[in-house]
Amino acid sequence: MGLLSESEYDDAPPRMGFFTDTSVCIGCKACEVACKEWNHVPEDGLNYTGMSYDNTQGLGADSWRHVAFIENRSGATPVDLGMPEVGGPPDAPAAAGVRPDLPPGGDLIDGEGKLQWLMASDVCKHCTHAACLDVCPTGSLFRTEFGTVVVQEDICNGCGYCIPACPYGVIDQRKEDGRAWKCTLCYDRLEVGMEPACAKACPTDSIQFGPLDELRERAEARVEQLHEKGVDVARLYGHDPDDGVGGDGAFFLLLDEPETYGLPPDPVVTTRDLPAMWRRAGLAALGLAVGVAVAALGGSS
Amino acid sequence: MQYIRSAAILQSLLGNIGRPGGGILALRGHASIQGSTDIPTLYNLLPGYLPMPHAHEHEDLDAYIEADSTEKGYWAESRSYMVSLLKAWWGAAATPENDFCFDYLPRLTGSASTYDTVMAQLAGETNGYFLIGENPAVGSANAKLQRLGMAKLDWLVVRDFSLIESATWWKDGPEIETGEMRTEDIGTEVFFLPAAAHTEKDGSFTNTQRLLQFHHQAVEPEGDARSDLWFTFHLGRKIRERLAGSTDPRDRPLLDLTWDYPTKGRHAEPEAEAVVAEINGWDANGDPLSSYEQLNDDGSTACGCWIYCGVYSDGVNQAARRRPAGEQSWVAPEWGWAWPANRRLLYNRASADPDGKPWSERKAYVWWDEENALWTGHDIPDFAENKSPHYRPPAGARGAEALTGLDPFVMQADGKAWLFVPSGLTDGPLPTHYEPQESPFRNPLYRQQRNPARELHPHESNRLQPSGDQAGADVFPYPLTTYRLTEHHTAGGMTRWVPYLAELQPELFCEVSPELAAERGLEHNGWATIVTARGVVEARVMVTERMQPLRVAGRTTHQVGLPYHWGPNGYSVGDSPNDLTSVALDPNVHIQEVKALACDIRPGRRPRGADRAELVRDYQRRAGIDDETGTEV
Repeated sequence: MGLLSESEYDDAPPRMGFFTDTSVCIGCKACEVACKEWNHVPEDGLNYTGMSYDNTQGLGADSWRHVAFIENRSGATPVDLGMPEVGGPPDAPAAAGVRPDLPPGGDLIDGEGKLQWLMASDVCKHCTHAACLDVCPTGSLFRTEFGTVVVQEDICNGCGYCIPACPYGVIDQRKEDGRAWKCTLCYDRLEVGMEPACAKACPTDSIQFGPLDELRERAEARVEQLHEKGVDVARLYGHDPDDGVGGDGAFFLLLDEPETYGLPPDPVVTTRDLPAMWRRAGLAALGLAVGVAVAALGGSS
Repeated sequence: MQYIRSAAILQSLLGNIGRPGGGILALRGHASIQGSTDIPTLYNLLPGYLPMPHAHEHEDLDAYIEADSTEKGYWAESRSYMVSLLKAWWGAAATPENDFCFDYLPRLTGSASTYDTVMAQLAGETNGYFLIGENPAVGSANAKLQRLGMAKLDWLVVRDFSLIESATWWKDGPEIETGEMRTEDIGTEVFFLPAAAHTEKDGSFTNTQRLLQFHHQAVEPEGDARSDLWFTFHLGRKIRERLAGSTDPRDRPLLDLTWDYPTKGRHAEPEAEAVVAEINGWDANGDPLSSYEQLNDDGSTACGCWIYCGVYSDGVNQAARRRPAGEQSWVAPEWGWAWPANRRLLYNRASADPDGKPWSERKAYVWWDEENALWTGHDIPDFAENKSPHYRPPAGARGAEALTGLDPFVMQADGKAWLFVPSGLTDGPLPTHYEPQESPFRNPLYRQQRNPARELHPHESNRLQPSGDQAGADVFPYPLTTYRLTEHHTAGGMTRWVPYLAELQPELFCEVSPELAAERGLEHNGWATIVTARGVVEARVMVTERMQPLRVAGRTTHQVGLPYHWGPNGYSVGDSPNDLTSVALDPNVHIQEVKALACDIRPGRRPRGADRAELVRDYQRRAGIDDETGTEV
């Protein structure tokens, strides 16, 4: 299966996407706010979750960017940001003037492994093989000339087929109007040569926007760089055109297993088996028809 | 203060001042906090860090200059800076014969810092108060004391975006709930004037790097909202109209002010650029100045802030420049404008070795061009342009001429980096470690527990707790720290009313370690009650391994972390952690100690009504607290 953009658009621009490098995410949530401001996504409630600093909880009809905060004790090496640590070396000799009657000053009591505070901005993956688009009966979901997947709010009839079709659980129905909503990769901005609002607002360039081919090269180089620095846990997610969704238009650099971030480890386009299912259903129907015919013929003889 | 002084000494000793990548960058809470000291909202400074004159000490201009200028370095020219400031304010009325209206300046008779003002309110000595973009009923230490002080005022003006707690404490503040205050007993007349946001007005920010960035109005403010510039200008205009024709000499300072800014638009908004032009200054012909070195002490120049001189050079608003990074050098001199003289890095002579050559090619910044006999480089040199590294002053030289070609620290009288100042500080010349006002521990370094010069304001609503091994210290066994979240701005006036920000951090929470949660029976996502000798608040509980137990002096203890943004008003509401903090101030800059104190924490929600105040009194009794506690030197 190829991209619709490859077949349906003449002189299409290169496929555009996001590379979200979570190793430099600082958890500021500017992407979430910029997205809501630009796209007029409604505020969706004051819900204190206790999930670290994440009160957004996940992607949904009213959250098209979601910054996850994960307090992770995996034993993996955290990225060394060169920050000073609390407490001196344990065997340091007492400095002059230090009162000998008191033990040395405070230090952190560390538990098992190093605690990491992972922050990662999640978004619609804009799959190469997009099941949401495959199952949409109205044509509301379509693939743009940029290779992105967009739902048109004036066409969506709220049937909801796309929602269980998404292997990432991204697209979602808005309770108030029944229609399906998700990231458009700021289609309106792309059409006038602007980058999406979230990428524009990201102060550390954790969210990078550009032609997907370039982003993939940049991402490979970043992983190599991190590996050279000893950050062996750095890996890409959704970058591989041979994965179950044909690769994501929005892919990620992660510092742990995808499951740590709440991402499926091996997503598969849910419509992958549809042709085979139809073939088998057809064969079954054919077999049934033959059986009925044989029975009928036999009965008549 | 002890930390920042230590950091400054360390960076000086390491040779990290005046070099790219060096210096100290304070993480400060406001977009223009640097600007608010350059052109100060502080009671003891005039623009450009000229000191505010004291009553009696400085009888006239000569005595004032005498007291604060130096023989060498740029402060030797302080008379030019001061006279030019007086000319900017009083124009033609300022003449050599009348000391350039020096006597028009108010005089200090003591400290008028924030907390001294609050104490004066409580004593009935201060009767009026302007709050412009500030919410002390949530954001200042011991917020209760702030509210009690405001309740003693005759009038209070609050300018903010929304009805913040500092505007409504008299009808729905915590003391109304506890019965400690009754609305009908409060005589304060409160005026709320809605303020325009930065997108609704022209103006500039000066960030921590001394960079001025001008912003232009995008939309008109809605309803009655107006800019602070509008408020200040029209308030002054109306007062001057009321005083017109007065023969009372005490009205002359107001009537002689140069208060003639052009206005525009349907709200008669003053032209912000006209203020920039006045700050920059002009010569006797009215032409814009380009450098503070042009300032004279004979009244021929006017300049509203000498360090900002040049921001309007050539009649162009230099702070409004936005040349893209790709079109200029990495130092980006054409993005905004930095004081002084658009110099991005102070004391940058130190980026070159004594001979004037870059210490390393990688960090080449400014250097001595032997061939053309001048300093050059990527930035404006912070040095006399043609002063050779080999220059040595002749005997008797004064001012900048007295500094050698080796002296990068041109604002110091000897041109050298100073590790300490021999006078001016109210505590010792070198920093040290003191325990906070309230600490569960004894000072591990010295027998001196706390800063002996700290400022305390004893008051029945500002009770202090025992520390270290004093009796009763164990009633407040946990260190408490307050801090900010990315999603909210200080006391919340700009963010708690904004749905897109409120939903990201919707409630006050406290952060505790799993160990402390177990010790005190706190449940994740449940409620906790946190108590000090000043107050009690409730917060949702976040149990997190990020809060790690501390082992101090052989004992294990647990911290409580509290972001301080909340109050009872707005879209996202909660108790105010500053109801817990005390007024105990650094002696030099009068800054409150709210980053480290001691508390108790217990599961469940706090008591309501009068019981809320009773719980605090109960803790005070249990800890044996009286008016002497915690005041020991």
